[in-house]
Amino acid sequence: MNKLAALLVTLMVGGLLFYSTAFFPKWGDPKQPGSMHVSPRYIEKTLAETKVPNAVTSVLADYRGYDTMFETSVIFTAGIAVMMLLRRPS
Amino acid sequence: MVKDLEDVVIRTASRILIPFIQIYSLYVFVHGHGSPGGGFQGGCIMAASFILMAVAFNLNMAERRLKERTNAIFCALGVFIYAGTGYLSFLYSGNFLDYGQLSHLLPTDPIKARYYGMAMIELGVQITVMAVMVSIFLDLVTAGKHEKTPEEDGND
Repeated sequence: MNKLAALLVTLMVGGLLFYSTAFFPKWGDPKQPGSMHVSPRYIEKTLAETKVPNAVTSVLADYRGYDTMFETSVIFTAGIAVMMLLRRPS
Repeated sequence: MVKDLEDVVIRTASRILIPFIQIYSLYVFVHGHGSPGGGFQGGCIMAASFILMAVAFNLNMAERRLKERTNAIFCALGVFIYAGTGYLSFLYSGNFLDYGQLSHLLPTDPIKARYYGMAMIELGVQITVMAVMVSIFLDLVTAGKHEKTPEEDGND
């Protein structure tokens, strides 16, 4: 019974997610919200503001620096978690 | 525990390849500013060289090159470098991770200082990713025991 309920919930949520993909902007659409103001600003100002020729690096390390810092922390946490789980004193 | 393969082809090929893999890792890291690459990718490639060393030779060989204790310190050191670079701008009443403030420390203008700030945090990412990948690999293959392979050291 529990498994049936879990399956039902999974199918419902999955169906909802699939349904919502129909409302995504078209792939590569220049009019989509993400491409309207955020991307052009980064592409135009990266070289002037950071002297980095690669916009990916400047977004990753500068404009979204917090994000990358906590990505690094997540990797660190993963390593610590594996250590805690496996390195047991016998 | 990883069994010792004793295969001369694998060992010779690895011995030739490993330095080039490590140089390539540093290349990917240093050129992250101008081409695809950066700390995450470079760290993974560097970790791959140590994992290849552990697989092709034995765990002792990799452990001699990169001690377990040193590796654990590297895990934390990378995050420390990253966060420390962010905190450096506090000294000059800047915001956290505001690399422009590093121009007070480096002989450059604030815009070029952002370039060097990014290089510093990429270095932190590289160190942490490399150390954590190696640490997870060694933990998984030895079930956390880090036991020595039975044969004596040094006959590689």
